[in-house]
Amino acid sequence: MPSDVSLPTPPPSPSARRGRPASVRHGNLHRRDLAWYQDKAVAAFVFVGGISAIVFILGIFVFITKEGMGFIVHTMDVKEFFTSPAWRPTFERNPTYGALALIVGTASVTGLAMVVSVPFSLGAAVFIGEFAQGKLRETLKILVELLAAIPSVVWGFIGLSIMSPLIIRLFDQPVGLNVLNAGIILGLMAAPIMTTIAEDALKAVPDSYREAAEAMGATRWQVIVKVVFPAAKNGLLGAVLLGVGRGFGETMAVLMATGHAINLPTSVFDSVRALTATIAAELGEAPYGSDHYQALFTLGILLFVVTFVINLTADLVVRGVRKGR
Amino acid sequence: MFEATSLNRRNRQVEWLFKVLFLLMTVILVIPVIIILTVLVVKGHGVVSWAFLTTMPTDGMTAGGILPALVGTIWLVAVALVASVPLGVAAAIYLSEYAPDNWLTRVINLAIINLAGVPSIVHALFGLGAFVLFFRFGTSILAASLTLAIMTLPVVIVATRESLQAVPRAFREACWNMGATRWQTIRRVVLPNAISGILTGIILEVSRTAGETAPIMFTGAAFFFPFLPQGVFDQTMAMSLHLYVISTQVPGVPEALPYGVALVLISMVLVMNALSIGFRVYLRGKKKW
Repeated sequence: MPSDVSLPTPPPSPSARRGRPASVRHGNLHRRDLAWYQDKAVAAFVFVGGISAIVFILGIFVFITKEGMGFIVHTMDVKEFFTSPAWRPTFERNPTYGALALIVGTASVTGLAMVVSVPFSLGAAVFIGEFAQGKLRETLKILVELLAAIPSVVWGFIGLSIMSPLIIRLFDQPVGLNVLNAGIILGLMAAPIMTTIAEDALKAVPDSYREAAEAMGATRWQVIVKVVFPAAKNGLLGAVLLGVGRGFGETMAVLMATGHAINLPTSVFDSVRALTATIAAELGEAPYGSDHYQALFTLGILLFVVTFVINLTADLVVRGVRKGR
Repeated sequence: MFEATSLNRRNRQVEWLFKVLFLLMTVILVIPVIIILTVLVVKGHGVVSWAFLTTMPTDGMTAGGILPALVGTIWLVAVALVASVPLGVAAAIYLSEYAPDNWLTRVINLAIINLAGVPSIVHALFGLGAFVLFFRFGTSILAASLTLAIMTLPVVIVATRESLQAVPRAFREACWNMGATRWQTIRRVVLPNAISGILTGIILEVSRTAGETAPIMFTGAAFFFPFLPQGVFDQTMAMSLHLYVISTQVPGVPEALPYGVALVLISMVLVMNALSIGFRVYLRGKKKW
């Protein structure tokens, strides 16, 4: 059964009708009244559960805004924040809060991750969804799931201890913690969600489309390129967007594998520093309520808003394709 | 019968070419998993022993075991589950059984998607602002677990909703027609038929929660705290943060030690995942409808 089938509301149960004659409410039927109250209590409880997701997302926004607002209102120089690469919050005199290098750092790592990951993820989605069958298909799906299960700190550790020496040796570089390292790690981390969502999008294309094309004599590959891709393109786009969101918000792996140096990168072998990693590394040392502390929350607000927009867009794009059919 | 034309043959060659290409892409994508696991086992297995799991770290975390981190992770996961499972299951029941198709339901679904998409470090900021400071829990297991609970709530909700919706509508209708209330139907018919799917989701949540690092960094996990936690208001060490600390923050750690910690952490996570996957495969074989 497709997951978005909404179940119809059941007719109101007899016990829910209040205007019954008093005689019915007593005797054997008394149990129904208890059931009626239980029913209402549970309905109220699960409703609270349902709206809790909204409460939490609003709560996240309210609390990070509350902590970061002071900086935005009093200290922040918007132009400096977005155009200066000088992130020097701990300078005694004249600290500067330029987030450009951090934004570029996050963007470069996420960008490289997408370059590495999108073709492979979509390729894997096509193979798993359209070509593979039976045991092979199940095995590949499970392996992709295991890829998703590896914790981000373990990925970071792999970047640190396996990838970094490898990059130093292969490319003859002085440092192995750089855009390339983090990009590959992040690409692997973002791949499972893209593969899964993309495969769902391919699966959502009705079989009758494929059959019609095959009946015309098209090969499997022609069907995929000429029929399935055009029909699933919004879903595939949504998958890529979700991957971008995933890469953008990743913290531990990026903290450990980028080199964590404030830098405007000129090549993939330069170390950079990401927005998320900056918060993770500096929040422990920033005194509560200081400009530095509030500036880190401001970075959090920026991350929240950007991922919110990415996720919202992805959802609209994916849903658009479902509605259209 | 039919002779393949040259066009036919070329088309088939193209198809074969792309099939192999995509197979290669898939293999390249999943091969790192195998490499990573192999490397961790090869380099880490020498460290892992019963004593490693059951003793305190010594010499500034450069020697000794990981007991407090292991126990701390179990505490964090357990408290997070207590908070998130009832709420998540309730939310899923609402969405699957009660929610009408209106703007509120759409907003709830959107909120769930965004809750899953908010970066983990932003969850950490929220946990710090809300639980540690506003509700005055301090940096404690409670604050860290609640942060984790909110972060992994979407996992429970989505898995539960899916298994509830997999229960055929006819089951519900039969029950309603007997005069049962909605809750009686859910309690006696829907939940028993969906419980295994819900458990699968919860196991998956455990594995996610155990591996998270960023959300607990400032809310309750300590770099070094060589005591076992006594209650939910204590700080604690955790496996994931311990791996981060000994691989980046502490000088003079023997090379094999972080591999050992990573191996234990990933084993915990993968055992949970394997359980969840095995459970799902078993269920699919057992399903009667």
